[in-house]
Amino acid sequence: MTAAFVAPEIAWAQLTPVLLVLGAGVIGVLVEAFAPQRVRRPVQLALSLAATAAAIVAVAALWSGVRETGGTVVLDGSIILDGPALVLQGMLALLGLVAFLVIADRTESGEDAFAPSASAVPGSDYEEVARRKGLEQTEVYPLVLFALGGMMIFPAAGDLLTLFVALEVLSLPLYLLSGMARRRRLLSQEASMKYFLLGAFASAFFLFGAALLYGFAGSVRLADIAVATTTVVGMDGLLLAGLVLVLVGLLFKVGAVPFHSWTPDVYQGAPTPITGFMAACTKLAAFGAMLRIVYVVLPPLEWDLMPLLLGVTVITMVVGTVVAIVQTDIKRMLAYSSIAHAGFILVGVVALTQSGISSVLFYLLAYGLATIGAFAIVSLVREVNAGPGGAVVAEATHLSQWSGLGQRHPVLAGAFTLFLLSFAGIPLTAGFAGKFAVFAAAIDGGLAWLVVVGVVASAAAVFFYVRLIVLMFFTDPIGTAGESTTVVRSEGLTTVAIGLGVLGTIALGVFPSPLLDVLADAAVFIP
Amino acid sequence: MSNPYVPILVLMGVAAVLALGGVGASAIIGPKRYNRAKLEGYECGIDPTPHAVGGGRFPIKYYLVAMTFIIFDIEVVFMYPWAVAFGELALFGVVAMMTFLVLITVPFVYEWRRGGFEWD
Repeated sequence: MTAAFVAPEIAWAQLTPVLLVLGAGVIGVLVEAFAPQRVRRPVQLALSLAATAAAIVAVAALWSGVRETGGTVVLDGSIILDGPALVLQGMLALLGLVAFLVIADRTESGEDAFAPSASAVPGSDYEEVARRKGLEQTEVYPLVLFALGGMMIFPAAGDLLTLFVALEVLSLPLYLLSGMARRRRLLSQEASMKYFLLGAFASAFFLFGAALLYGFAGSVRLADIAVATTTVVGMDGLLLAGLVLVLVGLLFKVGAVPFHSWTPDVYQGAPTPITGFMAACTKLAAFGAMLRIVYVVLPPLEWDLMPLLLGVTVITMVVGTVVAIVQTDIKRMLAYSSIAHAGFILVGVVALTQSGISSVLFYLLAYGLATIGAFAIVSLVREVNAGPGGAVVAEATHLSQWSGLGQRHPVLAGAFTLFLLSFAGIPLTAGFAGKFAVFAAAIDGGLAWLVVVGVVASAAAVFFYVRLIVLMFFTDPIGTAGESTTVVRSEGLTTVAIGLGVLGTIALGVFPSPLLDVLADAAVFIP
Repeated sequence: MSNPYVPILVLMGVAAVLALGGVGASAIIGPKRYNRAKLEGYECGIDPTPHAVGGGRFPIKYYLVAMTFIIFDIEVVFMYPWAVAFGELALFGVVAMMTFLVLITVPFVYEWRRGGFEWD
């Protein structure tokens, strides 16, 4: 006979940021069901922006409470709302808000980045009819809200089951969204399929690892597993195998080598606004969860698991950087650059010091702002069909099409340059402050050799970022590339998003210390 | 049992034998008598819906039915244990279950409003 059931106390107030976002997602589905077609887009957009903004306010309202108590265990330990979790939820809501601006923009062409009818066969008459009628797949907004809700639960999950449910809640909408690009639809559908298959594979790894850890500790709660690592003897096999498999699931989500092979294909094929959202926010959520596992469960096993994590860190930095150099497609190049950044962030994760946590949080925000901004710019640079008065079609993603862009659109190319410099880690940008903080944390943690590898890799990475800057500003358009590339005017929303990215990148680059101080105070996990 | 890995290895072995053995045995000893019906797509025993050779549009009616089934399937999966433990869970159980039922009705409503139940 099991113990009598005791209804858990639910501290609803602590869950408001997540509930707001997920609740708005549910309302969004009902809007899809009942609202007439032409009002759906404005309603969905207003709902999404209101929900993410309200989530930011909710995080701010919870802030002082968490600062005083160090955090709260909610729902019997399923959710742990401590400093890092709350910080990440706030950052996710903020980046989600910026991403929504890019997602909603229809540009001067009046068409957003998503297929008018995602179920239509690419190239079919039905698709053309849907396009002419101006149909829009406004389901995108609730889907992004659900993904964002899952991401906000992910770093706050206190047990492996909640972690798994959050993983699926954030992944399933993303699989779908990757396949909904308006143009180059076959590439997009291929990306969606690959992401789904490999993602399901990684989920299976994660789940098997969770099962082994449950077998080891007799509990799925991270706190209990952490206790069991020091008390249970003679079952190290289960513990290590389980932990490695769980980490594989998370390393897949952040796109660390050797679990990165999906990244370039999916980033290239997915609609560009979704690529920006996915690149920034998934990384934030997955690194949040990884930090919690590494800092709560891993320390007693440092000698067993560190070599593995260090190896992954080194090859992620090296492979990401080296392969990015030879890319000719801008979205693929940014994808490999994001892999290299996953490596740099891992340097902070493996530092295993308190400054490691705060530096990773800072880096994630700096990287996220620049990433959403960079992909927002990519979504505006378009190809023009040959012939007089040619129609503006898909995004001009080949690097040669970007040559001379800075001479004709200096402001846009200037913003892109700033994001690239931030990726490269040039001083006075947020990327530099983030990289400096992460490397400093690693030196504190006694990993000077790893920092040397990191610095060499980021120096090599400067090459391909600067090459693109040179291409935009100091190279004349090659042949007809100049006439075949144009920049579409945004409706205003993308401009705001890019502006926010620029502002954040400069502000965090010039004055990093206020945020770093706040993060350093907040960066304590409670088990 | 000295090593906790052993049962897992045994399980993997059994799984491999079952998976490969089943396919292998039917390939080797199974009778192979093909007719037209066997080579056609299987659609619940009725004549397959005709569609264009080599792709093109195909009906997704069965797909919608399957998705609707999953909505109710998940609902029932959670309702049975709730019914069994109804007394013990008391008011907390009722509130939780009702929240769940309302939420799971949302995709159903979406499907209904978007014409998911219209067969033709």
